[in-house]
Amino acid sequence: MRITGKVWKYGDNVDTDAIIPARYLNMSGAAELACHCMEDIDPGFVTAVQPGDVIVAGENFGCGSSREHAPVAIKAAGVACVVAKSYARIFYRNAINIGLPILECPDAADETEAGDVLTIDLAAGAITNGRTGRTYRTSPFPPFIMAVIEAGGLVPYTRKRMSARSAGAG
Amino acid sequence: MGHTMAEKIIAAHLLDDDEAAASRSAQGGAPDVWPGDLVEVSVDLVLANDITAPIAIQEFAKLGVGGVFDPGRVVLVPDHFTPNKDIKSAEQCRAMRQFARAQELTTQFEVGRAGIEHVLLPERGLVVPGDVIVGADSHTCTYGALGAFATGMGSTDIAVAMATGHVWLRVPDTIRFVYSGQLQPWVGGKDLILYTIGRIGVGGARYMSMEFSGPAVRDLSMAARFTMANMAIEAGGKAGLFAVDETAQAYLAGRATRPGQVYEADEDARYSEVVEIDVSAIEPQVAFPHLPENARPASSAGDVQIDQAVIGSCTNGRIEDLRVAAFLLGGREVHPDVRCIIIPGTQQVYLDALREGLIESFIEAGAVVSTPTCGPCLGGHMGVLAAGERAISTTNRNFRGRMGHPNSEVYLAGPAVAAASAIAGHISTPEAVLA
Repeated sequence: MRITGKVWKYGDNVDTDAIIPARYLNMSGAAELACHCMEDIDPGFVTAVQPGDVIVAGENFGCGSSREHAPVAIKAAGVACVVAKSYARIFYRNAINIGLPILECPDAADETEAGDVLTIDLAAGAITNGRTGRTYRTSPFPPFIMAVIEAGGLVPYTRKRMSARSAGAG
Repeated sequence: MGHTMAEKIIAAHLLDDDEAAASRSAQGGAPDVWPGDLVEVSVDLVLANDITAPIAIQEFAKLGVGGVFDPGRVVLVPDHFTPNKDIKSAEQCRAMRQFARAQELTTQFEVGRAGIEHVLLPERGLVVPGDVIVGADSHTCTYGALGAFATGMGSTDIAVAMATGHVWLRVPDTIRFVYSGQLQPWVGGKDLILYTIGRIGVGGARYMSMEFSGPAVRDLSMAARFTMANMAIEAGGKAGLFAVDETAQAYLAGRATRPGQVYEADEDARYSEVVEIDVSAIEPQVAFPHLPENARPASSAGDVQIDQAVIGSCTNGRIEDLRVAAFLLGGREVHPDVRCIIIPGTQQVYLDALREGLIESFIEAGAVVSTPTCGPCLGGHMGVLAAGERAISTTNRNFRGRMGHPNSEVYLAGPAVAAASAIAGHISTPEAVLA
């Protein structure tokens, strides 16, 4: 899977209240959540973000709440991939589980600026910055997580495994 | 090489067909896990609330299984936006209620017979030592105070756990915190954990288990331990564990709904880090906006006027917390410029506070006493802040906009500092108010 998109750049500790404020958690539809993504820290984001754009951030992205609404809002807003120096663990799980591609790459995060265009080859774990020409390599996902990603998320992955198990038992 | 508490509990829950377990038993050893292992484990309890359950229920339906793995071990608590604050919240609660009825859950709680999930579950004896508990709420780590490996996950993970009774985990590294020395007056669990987060940062325990130990924690009440374990996530932690001692056993007696299993860390357990903390040097703390790591002594806060004080939440909504607040507010008055909102964590806490006369003290002081709800902690209802307003709060997060308008501010503290500040009208200390 290849992604080419414009960069939205944020700092360290972007928390889940920044990604989707709790006042909107009385809704769970992806499209309605997307309308409020990043609203409190970047009010212009929602109107200007284009399908395929990329979020690049610092350390501990997605810290705070367990709300899956956060990666759901990012994905539904059109963001194709998140690149950060590091992630809070619940956000990381949630993103993998719902099929939002996320990569951990400190060098790329440091050297990328807002508005740059990144080309990302997810299978190869390669990130190329169109402005600087530099290419960064990320470490591959563990096989189990890769299997979840390839299945399209945790629900299809689990369905596949459950049917394999019951076929085995039968 | 020995094991930490988290490693032992996870090892005891490995599935029979887990690869790690299989390879170890092939070598003739007992099930054994180490940090970094990706494992699949069985869970003892699965939890969701009115915000996270609706998505979990949607995802559960996609799994195509008939029922949950065990109707007595899937717990649903409507607490965030309840009593329903608006039509959308009401719809979410209804979806949860309908699911609970269809699945014949025996552990679905309802307004009037419930409270804030992380105060409620231990109170009802649903948490026992040695459990693996997963909840679609980041503060699920609270249950580590009773020696359970409990961690927050998202709705999809919880949907799969509800269906299968299993989750995948990466076995965490563990940081051991050793607290020694004599606690100063008015210093409680909240002050210790704010100080600790201030020291290691909001990412300081990212992906890790935090083991809270040492002579000073042995003297802490269960309430103080719940407060500390609750905020492990604010350091990025996956779990926050206490050893199960006489205090924990006394809390469990007559309450636990299942037998538990006590796991102790080995003497030679491998820790990624050991952090020694002398509590004698810790004053009552306050964490400045907009991160819990911005902790400093409340005595050095400077002149910070406040508009609101919130005392309650899954962090500090227990009867011990309300007693501290009532001790200070009793016979005094909330400052004219401050709204003071007291929120008992559960109906039981509310009733206990009523019987002890605490509610009377609060109302006479000019505070409002709310039904149990997460409400203002996440800017939901029952105390939302306007632009430019400031609150001192015994809750757990002070992110930008957490309690309302993006240009409002939240200062985190324990119940003593919050009550003292409500009286003073600015961030203050119990000593200053009592002087």
